[in-house]
Amino acid sequence: MKKVKYRHSTSRLLLLSVAFFISFSVLGIAQEEASQDAAGEGQEQTDESSGESSEADAAAASDLGDPANGKSLFNSLCAACHKPYSAGIGPALHGVTEKREMDWLYRWIKNSQDLISSGDDQAVAIYEEYNQTAMPAFPQLSDADIDDILAYVEQPKPEPQAAQTGGESGGGDSSGGGVSVNVILAILVFVLVMLLAVLFLVNKTLRNFAQASGVVVPEKPKRKPIWKSFVENQFLVLISAVFGLLVIGWFAYGFFMQVGVDQGYEPIQPIHYSHRIHAGDNQIDCKYCHSSARTSKQAGIPSLNVCMNCHKSISEVAPETATAEYSKEFYDGEIAKLYDAVGWDPAEQDYTGEEKPVKWVRIHNLPDFAYFNHSQHVSVAGVQCQKCHGPIEEMEVVYQDAPLTMGWCINCHRDTKVRMEGNEYYEKIHEELSKKYGVEELTVAQMGGLECAKCHY
Amino acid sequence: MSSNKKYWKSVEELNENSSVVETLQQKEFAEEIPVNEFLGDKDSLESSKTSRRDFLKYVGFSTAAASLAACEGPVIKSIPYVVQPERIVPGVANYYASTIADGFDFASVLVKTREGRPIKIENNELSKSKSGVNSRVHASVLSMYDANRVKRPMIEGRNVSWEEFDREVGNALNNVSGDIVLMTQTFASPSTTKLINEFSEKYPNVRHVVYDTVSEDAALNAFQSKFGQRALPNYDFSKAETIVSVGADFLGDWQGGGYDAGYAKGRVPKEGKMSRHIQFESNMSLSGANADKRIPVTPSQQKAVLAALYGYVAGGFSTSNLPAKIDDAVVKAARQLRKAGSGAVVVSGIPDDNAQALVLAINEALGSGVMDTANARMIRQGNSQAVMQAVKDMKSGSVGAVLMAGVNPAYSLPNGEEFAEALANVEVSLAFSMSPDETAKLCKYVAATPHYLESWGDIQYTTSNFSLMQPAIRPLFDTRQFQDCLLKWTDNNQSYHDYIKETWSGNISSWNTALHDGVFGATSPVNVETAEGSGSINVTTAASELVRSAEGEGMELTLYTKPSMGDGQQANNPWLQEMPDPLTRASWDNYLTVSKSDAEALGLENDNDSNGGLNGSYVNVTVDDTTVNNVPVIIQPGQAKGSVGLALGYGKKEGLQKEMQVGVNAYPLYKNLNAVQSVTIEKVSGMHEFACVQLHNTLMGRGDIIKETTLEIFNTRNVSEWNSVPNVSLDHVEKPVTSPEVDMWDGFDRSIGHHFNLSIDLNACTGCGACVIACHAENNVPVVGKSEVRRSRDMHWLRIDRYYSSEDTFINDLDKKENISGLGSSLSEFGELEEPADNPQVVFQPVMCQHCNHAPCETVCPVAATSHGRQGQNQMIYNRCVGTRYCANNCPYKVRRFNWFNYAQNEEFDYHMNNDLGRMVINPDVTVRSRGVMEKCSMCIQKTQKTILDAKREGREIEDGEFQTACSAACDKGAMTFGDINKEGAVIRDRKEDDRMYHLLEYVGTKPNVMYQTKVRNTTEA
Repeated sequence: MKKVKYRHSTSRLLLLSVAFFISFSVLGIAQEEASQDAAGEGQEQTDESSGESSEADAAAASDLGDPANGKSLFNSLCAACHKPYSAGIGPALHGVTEKREMDWLYRWIKNSQDLISSGDDQAVAIYEEYNQTAMPAFPQLSDADIDDILAYVEQPKPEPQAAQTGGESGGGDSSGGGVSVNVILAILVFVLVMLLAVLFLVNKTLRNFAQASGVVVPEKPKRKPIWKSFVENQFLVLISAVFGLLVIGWFAYGFFMQVGVDQGYEPIQPIHYSHRIHAGDNQIDCKYCHSSARTSKQAGIPSLNVCMNCHKSISEVAPETATAEYSKEFYDGEIAKLYDAVGWDPAEQDYTGEEKPVKWVRIHNLPDFAYFNHSQHVSVAGVQCQKCHGPIEEMEVVYQDAPLTMGWCINCHRDTKVRMEGNEYYEKIHEELSKKYGVEELTVAQMGGLECAKCHY
Repeated sequence: MSSNKKYWKSVEELNENSSVVETLQQKEFAEEIPVNEFLGDKDSLESSKTSRRDFLKYVGFSTAAASLAACEGPVIKSIPYVVQPERIVPGVANYYASTIADGFDFASVLVKTREGRPIKIENNELSKSKSGVNSRVHASVLSMYDANRVKRPMIEGRNVSWEEFDREVGNALNNVSGDIVLMTQTFASPSTTKLINEFSEKYPNVRHVVYDTVSEDAALNAFQSKFGQRALPNYDFSKAETIVSVGADFLGDWQGGGYDAGYAKGRVPKEGKMSRHIQFESNMSLSGANADKRIPVTPSQQKAVLAALYGYVAGGFSTSNLPAKIDDAVVKAARQLRKAGSGAVVVSGIPDDNAQALVLAINEALGSGVMDTANARMIRQGNSQAVMQAVKDMKSGSVGAVLMAGVNPAYSLPNGEEFAEALANVEVSLAFSMSPDETAKLCKYVAATPHYLESWGDIQYTTSNFSLMQPAIRPLFDTRQFQDCLLKWTDNNQSYHDYIKETWSGNISSWNTALHDGVFGATSPVNVETAEGSGSINVTTAASELVRSAEGEGMELTLYTKPSMGDGQQANNPWLQEMPDPLTRASWDNYLTVSKSDAEALGLENDNDSNGGLNGSYVNVTVDDTTVNNVPVIIQPGQAKGSVGLALGYGKKEGLQKEMQVGVNAYPLYKNLNAVQSVTIEKVSGMHEFACVQLHNTLMGRGDIIKETTLEIFNTRNVSEWNSVPNVSLDHVEKPVTSPEVDMWDGFDRSIGHHFNLSIDLNACTGCGACVIACHAENNVPVVGKSEVRRSRDMHWLRIDRYYSSEDTFINDLDKKENISGLGSSLSEFGELEEPADNPQVVFQPVMCQHCNHAPCETVCPVAATSHGRQGQNQMIYNRCVGTRYCANNCPYKVRRFNWFNYAQNEEFDYHMNNDLGRMVINPDVTVRSRGVMEKCSMCIQKTQKTILDAKREGREIEDGEFQTACSAACDKGAMTFGDINKEGAVIRDRKEDDRMYHLLEYVGTKPNVMYQTKVRNTTEA
């Protein structure tokens, strides 16, 4: 489960990386570029093909209206409850023009309650089917607007193949890159072996020639082996022993200092939750989900009902969310995992009551003897989450960014100024302490933030 | 005045040649490390299978394994809620008002819950009845997490579902021939009363018998005879000026307990006045220990004393048949009572109807405003006669079914064996029980009941004071409360919650407010028949009858309940087992308390091991034909000659973990549920090993740890005479220790920010021990078990030292000795020179870390694991400690505790920290300490830090009173005041300026942040 991104000071890693860097850097870089190019091309292709298909669809639906305008109207007014191709709070809209009369649709969209109270059979039937959930009235829409929206929703469902091929072609390319490296490696090894063989043969042949022509190869005078002279030189032995001990000491120290420091710890989670999408792309405030960070010592892993606030209506990601590494299907699958855990039936749009709590792997583990309170830092001090947790909004999978060692805490407490303005609690103590230290702004340390029992009890 | 008294902690110390005392004074850790014992024994060394090579192999392997294990951290899973309840924020505690009503303890409480699990019980400040949140109530939260509970309903030992249980019991009840006896604890619940009436309507042959395990029958009979209602008078001791108690331990569990808070209010001298308390008793009780004047009298003498008191106060007598010394005390008491007028009160614990009738008459004659008979106490309603009759009927076979709720008669009835036989005669036997106890074992049907923290209820505390019980957690097991069962069996589909709500609808304005507050005033919605007082007890003849019955023969035994164990319901609670008795300081045991002269006469001994462990002889105690064997003996200073005492509630076997099966069962001696019995005592061989901490953490030869004075001196003399600051010599000039130039250390500026101080008022402290348990619960203090306590390894962060002292000052004795003239005079006057153990004065002194500003422990720590904070706390950092124990050696107050073992998750210490259920009580804000580190009181820094953080978050100043420690919050007597000394107008500032203020061992110059208020005794005789 445990995967560590950077673990410094392991000699093995160092050696390996040096060796690998030297021998394969050129190859590696070339290969990377190649795969990126390939992925880029794939992406362009997808865009082109989807563009083409949308043009074709637009032509097909042109009798309804302008799908581009319809898209913007749909997204602003309808998307909260409806999706074109699947059921949300309201039914899927694709194909609605075939099921209903246009006039009926105009009336329904402009004021559905009116239509229901007028006793229209179809309207009443729909109203009952959706548990008497009323659709809001949209009197502001003209018939032309409604045409545009319908034109948008009546576009045929874009085939997911396009994105898939893009993803696959990227993947294929990268795996191809892997093969080529192996091939080149094999060739290289082969060439080297051949060279060795040739050398050996040449040497043997030359010796044979010499023997045949009676040339005597002069024997080298036997010298004292170098290790013997090294051992005899006591000064050198001393120096190297001292050096050796220092090196061992250095590595031992490094090894022991990283025990229990899990910087870069990036475990695989039961659900691939992407902070990049949520906090980065969608700019959801951290404290929307981690709400207890404001009031409690624990920031809290959000309960699944918080996820469902949004994911009730977001059952799949937009195609542009997909990356080279993770496809749209992958993300949609992760959302399905959420539904499974929380017991949500997307088809019925209802909870089944079968809950399977998610067992997340905890990343930031403070030992039990260290007391840390989120609300102190988040609410009182106004510290940004990223200060300790790193660029969360860029993390696809969260890893431990800070070392979370005591020295790291203390250093921050030494430098950070306490945010005192407008907080009545600090008024008196600020006045007294700033007089004592002769400064206007006080650090956490000056407030007593370095005392042992502020964190250990 | 104060400094010339000699204090002692145990009888052993009175023996001048005791080597044990000497050793313990010199050494912090009395026991040597048994190296010689171990290495000196050649045979065992050679026979050992572990060779040196093996040893090295193990060491090498474990080192390698440990370092390998350190490389990979464990994977820790976090599981959030699927749907988070709205009110639960992980990491933030919620509080709910509820009420304990287990038939012995009734109190309105606040339950602190974290992430939905109750972790601590606190006082409900709104509770007007001040209903006694004692140590048992504080500990009750742990009893919920008892792994030995009954987990599901059972029929004949077979686990069944509730549906099957209902069906079977329904059939059995419908087909029963004969009476249905419903034997219950006192519920004092209007809804339950109503429900039982409905049950009786469905099954007309139901007979409801209320059984109080520890009976208050006499007082109830007397009250009923006079007022027609089966209740007890209520007392408000805060109004009392003179209190005379004849055998009533009203600071303990007398008549339901909870009187100590009011009492303590009147004990703090205000404007030169405090109450005067005179106690006539045989056992040394908490009340006697707190009394200004205590007269040891045997139980039979108590009767005569009460009769005489009645005579002097109300009957117009002027003489009595009492010995002159006691008679004199009674005369003086009567005089003071009359003088106090409406502030006078007489209470008595004599288990005799006549005596209790006299008490009512005396208080009436005095016009006592302390006693309140209109707003009577409803929390004891048992009827001993009815219980005994029920057992008789069961035996004769006229009873077809017995339903028992909240009681364990097979254990607690004096004729428990007879009851067991009788129960076998009954066709249908059913126990509503939380634990598989003696009774549940005998019953065919066992209905698993929930703990009060999992139940609903309403409690009528007094006639017009009510409180509500609400669950703070879902039932942990498949349990159903008694009332819900009755509802089911009376074909009522309501839940008990709805039933209570319905009962109260119309009687209270808002159910939600009542539930939120936990307490409310109202009139009972359920009418209980009240007859006119029958007057069956004739007061005029009561006195003479009482005197007639006063002729005791032989040794008289008074059975009592300990503040820790009560009636024994919570015997499986390790916190309570380990809590030292306030007077004997013994834990994990009950014992026969014997006076010193009786012990000598009977050849009974107490001696101490070299490590301070106490041993006591065994005796057999016999009442009529019942003998309790092998009762250990403790010589109790102050025990009346000719009397002995024994605590109830011990010796339980069933449903208890093996470690908790301690003590002897005294209930077989509780004949006719009468606490006073005449007994014969016979010494048997063997010595019992006590876990007694009285010689541990001794004064180290520093006897002047207590300061006390009398009210007269306090009022008339200058402070410097009775509470002087000690002088120390600086360059051969005496200077007060508080002056800066005598200080070895440079002081820090402590005027900025918060600076916490704790004040402990020795006048208000009754020694009850609620703070000890509150500290346990708050700070995850481990339970170490009997043998470790005996080795002086108890972990209590807060101990309540009990000091004995002679009645008068040594000066008086000395003067007398000097003035002896001639042989005749010497013979008589030496005899008068008192035997110190006969009737000592007692002082209780809670001692925790004193948080010295110049702390001796801090300077000796080689790794700086203990250091000082700006807020005054002496900080102990467990993760830095390497366990040298230098700090404990250098601490003059002996408050540091060393973790000799890992007490959590260790099979060797199989208490609550060793099972998943018990660990639920652990406070998540406090570290669970590991082996090899020192620990001590932190002044509840987690609580002060939380208060500060809350204020910072809300951007406001902190009000006085917001800062609390677990002990100061638990002390409903107001003996402990905690606060910020730098806060303008804080109460703690007044305490520090108070004349009575002193610091412990002030001349050591440690400048503690804990202060004490000098004990003042009201010795003024009227």
